[in-house]
Amino acid sequence: MGIDRRKFLTLAGVSALTVIGNKVSGVVPGANSEDVMFVPDKPALTGSRWAMVFDARKCLEEKNCTKCIEACHKVHNVPQFDNPKDEIKWVWKENFENTFPTQEFENVTEQLKDKPFIVMCNHCDNPPCVRVCPTQSTWKREKDGIVMMDMHRCIGCRYCVAACPYGSRSFNWRDPRPFIKETNPEFPTRTRGVVEKCNFCADLLAKGKLPACVTACDKGALVFGDLEDPESEVRKLLKDRFAIRRKPALGTNPQVYYLV
Amino acid sequence: MIEKALHGDKGYWSWVTFLMAVIGIGFLAYMRQLEYGLTTTGLSRDVTWGFYIAQFTFMVGVAASAVMVVLPYYLHNYKAFSKLTILGEFIAIPSVIVCMLFIFVDMGQPFRVLNVMLHPTPNSLMFWDMTVLGGYLLLNVVISQITLDAERKGIAPPKWIKPVIYLSIPWAVSIHTVTAFLYSGLAARSFWMTAVLAPRFLASAFSAGPALLILLFFVMRKFTKFDAGKESVQKLALIVTYAMAVNVFLVLMEVFTAVYSSIPEHMHHLEYLYLGMDGHTRLVPWMWASSILAIISLVLLIVPKFRKSEGILIVACIVTIGSLWIDKGLGMVIAGFIPSPLGAVTEYWPTWNEFAISMGVYAIGALMVTVFYKMTLTVRHQLYTEIDREVQKTAASRG
Repeated sequence: MGIDRRKFLTLAGVSALTVIGNKVSGVVPGANSEDVMFVPDKPALTGSRWAMVFDARKCLEEKNCTKCIEACHKVHNVPQFDNPKDEIKWVWKENFENTFPTQEFENVTEQLKDKPFIVMCNHCDNPPCVRVCPTQSTWKREKDGIVMMDMHRCIGCRYCVAACPYGSRSFNWRDPRPFIKETNPEFPTRTRGVVEKCNFCADLLAKGKLPACVTACDKGALVFGDLEDPESEVRKLLKDRFAIRRKPALGTNPQVYYLV
Repeated sequence: MIEKALHGDKGYWSWVTFLMAVIGIGFLAYMRQLEYGLTTTGLSRDVTWGFYIAQFTFMVGVAASAVMVVLPYYLHNYKAFSKLTILGEFIAIPSVIVCMLFIFVDMGQPFRVLNVMLHPTPNSLMFWDMTVLGGYLLLNVVISQITLDAERKGIAPPKWIKPVIYLSIPWAVSIHTVTAFLYSGLAARSFWMTAVLAPRFLASAFSAGPALLILLFFVMRKFTKFDAGKESVQKLALIVTYAMAVNVFLVLMEVFTAVYSSIPEHMHHLEYLYLGMDGHTRLVPWMWASSILAIISLVLLIVPKFRKSEGILIVACIVTIGSLWIDKGLGMVIAGFIPSPLGAVTEYWPTWNEFAISMGVYAIGALMVTVFYKMTLTVRHQLYTEIDREVQKTAASRG
């Protein structure tokens, strides 16, 4: 036996005194009740069916702009690799032809031809990635339709990557941490060997903020809102203007709409 | 019974040492992959499954093909296969383990792999694949154990094993069907989304598997006292022939449907495989080689004179396996990702590290086959020697 009764009592007493002492003097971080309680600045944004509307005309006003991409990748600690093989991206630009392979034709309007579109996870109503995941690491959140991802449960089988018709999912081929320029402590970094993707900024919505890409866009080309709310801006936009979605024939029911 | 594999001549031990060396190299390569992640493979954001998953797919077929010796014997009482069923099962067991290892080495987080059982998800085909593969392994372990034990004791196997064997027959079909469903249920990958994928998988499996078995029999005849017999080899060759013909037929069905309908999404993958796309032609020579080998294989197998000649049959089997391996172990999985759903053509080729791991996994399978076959043959050899002795003793006492 390494410790007798007397020693134990002494140690316990000293430890207790230290804790109490610190509590009184307020040294222990978190001992203050205001620090422990989570008090959001604003109430969380809630919706029943979040959706994104992308206004191509507004986006194209500003050529070579990558503000939304940078904002998203910064907030979510998305690493920047030199080797394209290892690439991870949540939001990026894709030409009209590749975004809508079934819609393109040779003489398509100049406004669209070879023009970059912003693409991200479509947060499908009927997500194939969720259907195939063998560990329920990815799932559709019932309350608002966001396709979530648990990077602590993911086994890295990449079945979801194969199942996604939009190429929206990235895999951590190597340890991403050394490749994050500036780590945002508000959002977890990832380990190698797991899949990640756009989460419609579920983390920011919980704090009452709009998605990072939406906030970052000066032109208002990205509009985020609740489709179930008839007064929402997204509903009004979809009512007034013609919108298309990526690969609607597959029955995934994507929730990112493109005004063209 | 495993002790029976511990006695062998110099040739046997050299072979075992060689396999151990390959396993060792594979293990070191895997340690490297574990350290740095799957970036050590040739895989990328666009091509996320490659050599490992392709080998897994090919080997599920080899595992399932054991049914081609089990079925004729147990359902049709085809006596020539009576001594072969256990050898079929001893191919199935290592094959299933090789499959599981290929899945394991492909995982980004291998230590979390049991999450599949911790959070069972019936809507995921991967959950079902794991279930049917595990079940198939268990069935074959039980069946081979019981039947070999009975053979060793010189008694008939217990009656209850019959229904278990009957169950293993549709189960063998199920493992390859579910493996095909892994692919053919994905709307995102038009190359795989075809109803003939499962039948095609089965046809190629029932061709490549028995072809491998024939080659093993020839190897065994050369190095051991075991002889499968001309009749059973010829019967297996016939199975290889029919299955190969069906496989080629189904491949042509796929090509016709895609090319005649001219739906771009369906045609692009074939175009990449056979013609190349945007100057990317890495798989083109392989795919044409596969097609040419398939034609040679069919000629050698269908013409009775060729098939019945042992030397030509060996060539035919090698050619068949080669053709099917390129098709399934290389083209099938990779082409599903090229072009990507966004039209990007990113090519893939396994790295040396990836290749070393794969060879290590295959060597584990080969070592298991070696040990199991050695066990079986030793049991049989002892049995026959004993019978011989008994016969001689009786003869001596009479005389």
